Amino acid sequence: MYQTNYHRASSVDDAAAQFAKGTESKYLAGGQTLLPVMKQRLAAPSDVIDLARIPALIGIEVSGDAVTVKAATTHYDVAGSADVARAIPALANLAGMIGDPAVRYCGTIGGSLANNDPAADYPAAVLALGATVKTNKRTIAADDFFQGLFSTALEDGEIITAVSFPVAAKAGYAKMRHPASRFALTGVFVAQAKSGEVRVAATGASQDGVMRVPAIEQALKGNWSAAALDGVKVSADGLMSDIHGTADYRANLVKVMAQRAVADAG
Amino acid sequence: MGVEGIGANVKRKEDKRFITGKGRYVDDIKLQGMTFAQFVRSPHAHARVKGIDSSAALKMPGVVAVLTGQQIVDDQVGNLICGWAIHSKDGTPMKMGAWPAMAPETVRFVGQAVAVVIAETRNQARDAAEAVAVDYEELPAAPNIRAAIASGAPQLHPEAPGNIVYDWELGDKAATDDAFAKAANVVSLELTNNRLVPNAMEPRAAIASYDDAEDHFTLYTTSQNPHVARLVLSAFYNIAPENKLRVIAPDVGGGFGSKIFIYPEEMVALWASRKVNRPVKWTGDRTEAFLTDAHGRDHLTKAEMAFDKDNRILGLRVSTHANFGAYMSLFSSSVPTYLYATLLSGQYNIPAIYAEVMGVYTNTTPVDAYRGAGRPEASYVVERMMETAARQLNVDPAELRKTNFITQFPHQTPVIMAYDTGDFHASLDAALKSIDYAGFPARQAKAKSEGKLRGIGFSCYIEACGIAPSKAVGSLGAGVGLWESAEVRVNPVGTIEILTGSHSHGQGHETTFSQLVADRLGISIDQVSIIHGDTDKVQFGMGTYGSRSLAVGGSAIVKAMEKVEAKAKKIAAHALEASENDIVIENGEFKVTGTDKSLALPMVALAAYTAHNLPDGMEPGLKESAFYDPSNFTFPAGTYICEVEVDPGTGKTSFVNFVAADDFGRLINPMIVEGQVHGGLTQGIGQALLEGAVYDDSGQLVTASFMDYAMPRADDVPSYQLQHTTTLCPGNPLGVKGCGEAGAIGASAAVINAITNAIGTNKLEMPATPDRVWHAIHG
Repeated sequence: MYQTNYHRASSVDDAAAQFAKGTESKYLAGGQTLLPVMKQRLAAPSDVIDLARIPALIGIEVSGDAVTVKAATTHYDVAGSADVARAIPALANLAGMIGDPAVRYCGTIGGSLANNDPAADYPAAVLALGATVKTNKRTIAADDFFQGLFSTALEDGEIITAVSFPVAAKAGYAKMRHPASRFALTGVFVAQAKSGEVRVAATGASQDGVMRVPAIEQALKGNWSAAALDGVKVSADGLMSDIHGTADYRANLVKVMAQRAVADAG
Repeated sequence: MGVEGIGANVKRKEDKRFITGKGRYVDDIKLQGMTFAQFVRSPHAHARVKGIDSSAALKMPGVVAVLTGQQIVDDQVGNLICGWAIHSKDGTPMKMGAWPAMAPETVRFVGQAVAVVIAETRNQARDAAEAVAVDYEELPAAPNIRAAIASGAPQLHPEAPGNIVYDWELGDKAATDDAFAKAANVVSLELTNNRLVPNAMEPRAAIASYDDAEDHFTLYTTSQNPHVARLVLSAFYNIAPENKLRVIAPDVGGGFGSKIFIYPEEMVALWASRKVNRPVKWTGDRTEAFLTDAHGRDHLTKAEMAFDKDNRILGLRVSTHANFGAYMSLFSSSVPTYLYATLLSGQYNIPAIYAEVMGVYTNTTPVDAYRGAGRPEASYVVERMMETAARQLNVDPAELRKTNFITQFPHQTPVIMAYDTGDFHASLDAALKSIDYAGFPARQAKAKSEGKLRGIGFSCYIEACGIAPSKAVGSLGAGVGLWESAEVRVNPVGTIEILTGSHSHGQGHETTFSQLVADRLGISIDQVSIIHGDTDKVQFGMGTYGSRSLAVGGSAIVKAMEKVEAKAKKIAAHALEASENDIVIENGEFKVTGTDKSLALPMVALAAYTAHNLPDGMEPGLKESAFYDPSNFTFPAGTYICEVEVDPGTGKTSFVNFVAADDFGRLINPMIVEGQVHGGLTQGIGQALLEGAVYDDSGQLVTASFMDYAMPRADDVPSYQLQHTTTLCPGNPLGVKGCGEAGAIGASAAVINAITNAIGTNKLEMPATPDRVWHAIHG
């Protein structure tokens, strides 16, 4: 690790002010990506501003219509929340499937979304549920938030404060784990909104990061069942191909995981 | 058997310190004035080093020195050696290129060191290493066997034209050709044995300290065989004569073969410690472990087996290309030859075998012995072949094996080995029963109705362990003998210290060896201490690898104990005024048979050291040593049966059951044996399903971290069902055979045989990732 300056922010405003002072500042939340990358000397931020202990960024609020998870809430807390499990069980289930216990104790939803790793789990839930990302400056719709590999609509210094998920009529998540990293080799989140709208998002598959899957949405719209996807063909165009999964294998996984997610959603 | 003697499941003495963080590993050791080394490593798989500019690095804070490959050559530090001479078919010796500890002119794999920075702190060394400017001229790379043997391939070493180290053969070609000519059926198979990264939990590390007053070096290092390290460093690398070099291997966190070898980093640390006249510490990080620890396996093989009309094997023909990486590591040459082709007879009567092995240089990390070393590759060829043959000949795979099992011992195979004993039917029958083979068709049908593909696979492995017989290995080209030594010191109060040349880096020797001694004397294992891993304490030893420590090292302890007991009996007989022939040892007492007269061990020991009343002419003291060199290898063998379920939607394999029935001869501590089997099976399953080192076309290691190199986790492997069948090894006094490698040797074939049985196609390579299995199913 290269030398860096560590700041523990007391509030969101304090964090933004500290960020602006550094020449090459980075926000630190759960540290599940930033710290390993810094340890390997692949990142050298001048200043690291720790958001994880800001009280206003921690907690879960559940109403009849929405589940709001504040940005520095850990995966462990989302996975274990009875309120989340009642409102959107698939979301709690997804959080409980991220990484391993050590990752879940530290990792946060805001960190995951801001990083937008193409194999992260949360982006699939945010996109499929049509969630809203709230920041210290504005609110951003899920469809506008994700902008390709490790790229988001966040401006320099902008801080995610919370994510608001509309409570769905039905939702499910299934993923095939990467054999080595245990990230999502492909994960699919399916959701049917109370309005009847069907949205399906896949992570780990596309070269552009999390993506909607129109072919599957179309098939599920008329018939919400795993069997409805039997005849669907997901295109391998634009999907990732590496030693752990070719593009056509990932295209298959998008369909198979969607079927299992539908089964999970009930 | 006593409660702590042979056969008792004693908890390991060493575990308290390991699991409470009190172990003392190389990196835990801090010496006064210690500096830190950071290597500057090649980012290219093949390049000429045009120049190294250290000027910026030398100005950085805390930098003590920047040393380069040219300096180590100028100081006449020897090139790394390969200690087993192999000759090609035409009688010429193997063709080796020079391997300097740091490259002065040409780098041949990503991660090869070209320079080292010595600084006051680890971070200062790291910072400065990044400031060393190396001017490389990139050269075309040959990152795998096929690329290296293609026409027009980049040439790695001028000494080895076509990148061929040797073209070796074993067996009778004419007899094998005859066998195939009269065959009723011939089964053929092409296989890849995937390259593995050892990944011991503790990365390699070294601390070298030079004392200019005494002109003496001390090296703390992560070694499986500190005496061999000292021998090689003295005799070949010109570091210091043996009496001026002490090598200490303290607690070592796993080796799996990768810590047998003496690597450039240890040599450079020693050399640099004299240069800077300060202790030098180097602790490898995980990336360095991936890039520089000797890798394992990496074979391409074509095999054919000839059968008569009754499904009896007539002959086996095997042609293998073995990847050695960019340089010949210490024992690399022996692995795909005498540790591989000599096991191609498996558990079967095969009248004729012919094997040829082409050793190939590539622009990759050097390859050497890794848990099993050659024997897993052989077992994989033979057992995939048997399963393939059973399917092609339409016979039950268990029956085909039974038809061809060797049943008479000793048995001379056509490929050097003389199997001393075994009962292959017994282990197969035990495994068949344990897995309920008869019930498999019903289980398979039920799984099918649930949309799952279920398969069962066999592996009847045999291995040659107790790697020793010095005369035998010497005749085959080994540069060292592979005996073992032991010294038994009985202290004046009757406690016992055993000094052994074996080295424990996870195997539990401190417990097993103590049990051996406790059993002989009828005392507690707490009265016995095991001392190992220090060339100043133990006279000499060959170390631990090849499942040899108990069969060879344990037998040396027995021999030394026999000498101690004989002298102690004389002392007791003299004191008790009895004949030494009437003295028996029971429960720590020397008793006169048929009487109530006895003398406790502490009294005998005290008598030996007070020496007031010893038999005439007897030397005082009670301390003996022995060297043990067996006449043959040992031959552990067994049957593994694996039942899997494959998800056709994802290609993911799940275990339903895994049965291992092993014959290791006598077991000293069955619990430790089972631990070894569990670890070995997990590594075998890792090879079959998960692990594989992959280089891209430019020679970059794609799988250079755990993000891409899949190590088995607890939930990847089943709860194993272990069975033991026993035939005692006649070749050593303990009747033991060795258990450290069996799992890694036998498991892979069982897993792949089960998956290919489930999916109905034989075309599947390791690691059988979900992606590969799915493609195999869906074409």
